[in-house]
Amino acid sequence: MKTLVYVDHVDGVIADATFELVALAQSVGSSSVEALVCAGNEEIVEKVAAQLPGIENVIAASSSEFENYLPNLHLQCLNETIELKNPDLVLLSYSTSGVDMGSGAAYASNLPLVCYVTEMTIEASEMVTASQVYGGKLVANVKTPLPAIAVVMPGAIKSDLAKKDTTPAIETITTPTDTTNIKVVESLQPESGGIDLTKAERIVCIGRALGGTEKLPIVEELANTLDAEVAGSRPVIDAGWLPKARQVGKSGTKVKPKLYLMAGVSGAAEHLEGMSDSELIIALNSDEQAPIFSKAHYGAVCDMFHVLPVLTERLQNNS
Amino acid sequence: MKVVVILRLNPVLTDELELTEDESDIDREWIGLEINQFDDQSLEQAILLKESSDAHVTAIAIKDEGVERLLKTALAKGVDQALQISLEEIEDRSSRALAPMYAAAIRELQPDVVIVGVLSTDDLFGELAPYIAADLGWSQASAISDFRIEADKIIVRQEYSGGRAALLEMATPAVVGLQTATQPPRYVAGSKLRDLLKVEIPNLSIDVAPNLEKVGSTELALPDLSEGATMFEGDTDAIAEQIHSLLQEKGFAS
Repeated sequence: MKTLVYVDHVDGVIADATFELVALAQSVGSSSVEALVCAGNEEIVEKVAAQLPGIENVIAASSSEFENYLPNLHLQCLNETIELKNPDLVLLSYSTSGVDMGSGAAYASNLPLVCYVTEMTIEASEMVTASQVYGGKLVANVKTPLPAIAVVMPGAIKSDLAKKDTTPAIETITTPTDTTNIKVVESLQPESGGIDLTKAERIVCIGRALGGTEKLPIVEELANTLDAEVAGSRPVIDAGWLPKARQVGKSGTKVKPKLYLMAGVSGAAEHLEGMSDSELIIALNSDEQAPIFSKAHYGAVCDMFHVLPVLTERLQNNS
Repeated sequence: MKVVVILRLNPVLTDELELTEDESDIDREWIGLEINQFDDQSLEQAILLKESSDAHVTAIAIKDEGVERLLKTALAKGVDQALQISLEEIEDRSSRALAPMYAAAIRELQPDVVIVGVLSTDDLFGELAPYIAADLGWSQASAISDFRIEADKIIVRQEYSGGRAALLEMATPAVVGLQTATQPPRYVAGSKLRDLLKVEIPNLSIDVAPNLEKVGSTELALPDLSEGATMFEGDTDAIAEQIHSLLQEKGFAS
């Protein structure tokens, strides 16, 4: 079975999720693993190849056009590589590029596509996967005949990378010309707003159930009492209830505090990606089916607006 | 600039979800539906573009239970036009199946930009924006927050992992998978909706079939929560007390 992995990288620094894809490709029994790297120059390609000693071949599209990620140009490159190599399995990470390219590649190559994959085996030329759907409330068990494309959740499948002594061969492919007129005007670095959640040892995270800023003081007071930072899941940030710098999850910050107390966060995969390595996770939610209860260490089905003030009071009275 | 915004309904995820007998889909008989939260952001973004750049906005949706109300809400919020695409029967609601229908509607309407929520919670087989773009042969960018029109081009902000982002300039026509609008979605007054009670939402007829090609098999299941959290039971005081004890035990409180 030939597997093609699309490499997510920034200036040659490979994303953790891409290493997970390579390890996954190895663990499901690929006879060869090739990686597609789109990069601004050959040096970056070499830097990427040097980090991937476990694979056979790096397929490189290097051109100044690839200095920045451009959705359609990269998709064109992936499509051409699939056509050229006829892989049995194509693996992408569920990142912005994975969303941009998964469906487009499936359409162009007429291959089946399965997204949000958290488990995968290959059984008798079939890709057997489990995916999180409906915000993690249901699991979809899908059997798909190969060849197929899968978009895999970062952090979901952790297997060891089999390293070999040899660095992969680099095969350069002709790069497509961008006919679609997307240009990068400016690259933007994360907005810190003076807060660095990655350094916080204790975080109190609030979810969509907050419902507005009126009840935010309840959360802030608990956080103050616990000497914790306040964070929010994406809907809280999108609604403007907390600043972007306080967002935990896929498009926010990835955190690993000692204490992660979360209230009203359902636990969609995008949020879990940002906090699942926390040492102690306590989740409060009014929905007993909330997927967060499968990831938290401790949980309670309750009305957070009742429990949080009582907890704050108890903590204050005991300090 | 002509903008088409696509609106879809999703199950309310705080409700309990039940499966159909063959476990291939959720049982839609009793579930509550609400606007896909990312489509709500798309709708807001489209109206903001109308207000700031005089864009002409058409909201489209596939005719289904609750869709008339959805489109009337869009009209009440300020879109210029709302249309429903009717199908004889909706056998498969996945983005992969329905993308050709939307693409056909877009060919008919000939907008400069299509805005659609970056994902739907049931996008197991891929997201709508890139499928539509592939079908139309247009450029596409997903995970977009912030959006403005500059002459005949659009400037969008694409979000990446770890809080990085880029401003992209896209020539039109283009499809955008929107994550977050420039401003949070506005509310609509009940009185405005009542004014639209008698308005009929016109049908847009297209003669393209959905993609019903089935590859492989799918079964849905409830996640296994048995190995999950240790649950605290009891009333408010009991739960607060147990969390407090845990925090003391782990050294987070005295």
